[in-house]
Amino acid sequence: MSDLDGFRAETRTWLEANCPPEMREPVRDEADIYWGGRNASFKNDAQKAWFEACVAKGYTVPAWPTEYGGAGLTPPEAKVLREEMARIGARSPLSSFGIWMLGPALLHFGTEEQKLRFLNEIARGEIRWCQGYSEPGSGSDLVSLQTFGEDHGDHWLVNGQKIWTSYADKADWIFCLVRTDKNDKYRGISFLLFDMQTTGVSTKPILLISGNSPFCETFFDDVKVPKSYGEGIPAQVGEVNRGWDVAKYLLGHEREMISGADSSDRTAALGAVMKRHAGELDPILRAELAMFDVDALAYSAMGEKFLDEVKVGKAHPAQPNMMKYAGTELNKRRHELMMSVGGSRNLEWDSEETRGGKPSRDWLRTKANSIEGGTSEVMLNVIAKRILDLPGA
Amino acid sequence: MPLYYDDDQVMLADTARQFMAEEGAIAKQLRHWRDHVNQDGSVGCKDGFGHDLWKQFAEMGFTGMLVAEADGGLGMGHVEAGIVLEEIGRNLTPSPFLNSAVIAATALAQASDDLRGRYLPGLISGDSVFAVAVDEGAKHRPERIACTAEKSGNGFRLSGTKNFVVHGASADMIVVAARTSGADNDADGITLFAVPKDAAGISHDAVRLVDSSVAAHTRFDNVELDGDAVIGEVDGGREVLKKMLMAGRVGAAAEGVGVARGAMDMTVDYLKQRKQFGQLIGEFQALQHRAAHLYSEVEIARAVVIKAQQLLDAGADNADLMASVAKAKVAKAAGLAVKEGVQMHGGIGMTDEYDIGLYMKRDRALQEFLGDAYYHANRVAELSGY
Repeated sequence: MSDLDGFRAETRTWLEANCPPEMREPVRDEADIYWGGRNASFKNDAQKAWFEACVAKGYTVPAWPTEYGGAGLTPPEAKVLREEMARIGARSPLSSFGIWMLGPALLHFGTEEQKLRFLNEIARGEIRWCQGYSEPGSGSDLVSLQTFGEDHGDHWLVNGQKIWTSYADKADWIFCLVRTDKNDKYRGISFLLFDMQTTGVSTKPILLISGNSPFCETFFDDVKVPKSYGEGIPAQVGEVNRGWDVAKYLLGHEREMISGADSSDRTAALGAVMKRHAGELDPILRAELAMFDVDALAYSAMGEKFLDEVKVGKAHPAQPNMMKYAGTELNKRRHELMMSVGGSRNLEWDSEETRGGKPSRDWLRTKANSIEGGTSEVMLNVIAKRILDLPGA
Repeated sequence: MPLYYDDDQVMLADTARQFMAEEGAIAKQLRHWRDHVNQDGSVGCKDGFGHDLWKQFAEMGFTGMLVAEADGGLGMGHVEAGIVLEEIGRNLTPSPFLNSAVIAATALAQASDDLRGRYLPGLISGDSVFAVAVDEGAKHRPERIACTAEKSGNGFRLSGTKNFVVHGASADMIVVAARTSGADNDADGITLFAVPKDAAGISHDAVRLVDSSVAAHTRFDNVELDGDAVIGEVDGGREVLKKMLMAGRVGAAAEGVGVARGAMDMTVDYLKQRKQFGQLIGEFQALQHRAAHLYSEVEIARAVVIKAQQLLDAGADNADLMASVAKAKVAKAAGLAVKEGVQMHGGIGMTDEYDIGLYMKRDRALQEFLGDAYYHANRVAELSGY
């Protein structure tokens, strides 16, 4: 038996003992997702038990080093854990922009002290983070951002506005792109970390076409951001004025995340699921579902290949853009088809049968997939320029 | 198993790429044989490929890749065969590799010691060429087999017509799927035979296809076969046929990825050279976005082909499903690659002088071979339970 087989057997036993049956059911609504943070509450005991077991084992962030709250798993071990969790349908114990986005940036650019503090807080679900990137005038052209941090010696005085800040109204801290030098477009941005409870920070949820408000406008009005949180813990990640490097690095992670490359539940054929709901399918709809399933199953192989290649540094650095483009376009198609299969039932906006209009709200939500984190059009620009090396792109 | 090549496979890919780019190049093989003038003044070689190149394939070790080491082969898998096929696709190299060294070899792997001993040495040495006769109509419908093999003494008497038998008239042996019992649409009652070319009663109507390959409408008129021509079990041929079809579909998909990548590379290069309105046409965002979308589709197609190859080599339960996914996905992606290729080349894309049109022709034939995107998408639905 190889070490990996041993690890698989161990993992199976551990999951059997620690993952409650309720946590092996598909996620049905928002409350089934645990985000952590100062104000977090558990939906039920099973969610709490599962979360705490994972924190103790380092399985909220299995691949992070143990000193930062992870389990220090090697990439093959992490893959085994993912596979074993997928096998029993185990839910993710903790969803967090800290895990998906800030964590990777800190691991790459952070000081040792920053890592010890912030990564452990993230791993234990103590602090819920949000991301301050887009501004009303800076969407696809993010680098034109205007939120300004004036140097006041021991602190930055931050003024400006962010938009599309996911769950800003529920977040404890923000990682935020702030212009700290107006004379250099690319090398005049810092990647600042600060508490959302600081005086002068306010948020306002944005009502979307889905009727939900996952995003906010975030306002900074004379916000004093201390330059240091203690020995070796500057407020910025990376160097001052070099935050764009961090942002670019992070965008790669965001694109991977939105592309769904790491989701292991997309291998089942949509058509089979839909037939169970709908009974007989119209022949042309069945044909479209079949064509979709070809694309979706092929894309899941691409996701697997991409992750395998990332682990050993074989992936093209711009490949996340391709994954994001293809994955989000596919997800939009998936929800269009689900709406068609459901018929008038899926038009219901707040009925109990549809769990508060989940099908239609989810369908509308997917339309943002190809906008947030870089539009499909921007992804195609990047592929053209950086992978195909086309001129003047 | 990670979805990228290991060190040995990378080395094989380098070797295959270099070999095919030199020896299998379009000018040296496809155009050479297509434009070959025969003694009777007709144009186009009768086989559609060159036997010298097939011997070179043997020297490279390609012909026996999928043959077990115990039978004198290299005992490699479908990932390795796919590496060679991708280069064949990229160079549009006409060869009997897919039908002989992949599909027929897969059938023979299930055959008796006697049959393996009779046919495999010729395959490995590059002296023999094999064909595969499954289809009976113009579309791939292997569920329905009407060609019959009736018991006759110690053997069988084979009758019926097969279609799209690629280089059937040039083959030394044809693997034939025939009905030994039951009705045309029955799953059971199929038997596979290794039919030697000199068996009395075989006739071929060889036709040149759009991609300059040569296929046959092959007629079996009371062809007497010995009992030992049976591959696998009498009436139990579905299993062997399933293995052949999986190998063939995944192989054709691998070749299709090569066609797609060849066409895409050629097109992207052209976007960087051709000037109109005072600028390179590759600077136009309308073309950049289409090229980038194409890249994305071809990458995904390539990923699912490698996945299917690995599943096939591992004997996984879902290999059959993923073989159909791969075949359908490649048909769509390669189809897009050649269509965008011709369009983006503009007028010269329509000329015979430029190679891009040759990619379009080969893709069309490959799409049809062992089932097109519609057939396989439908199969994905059926195998998934809807």
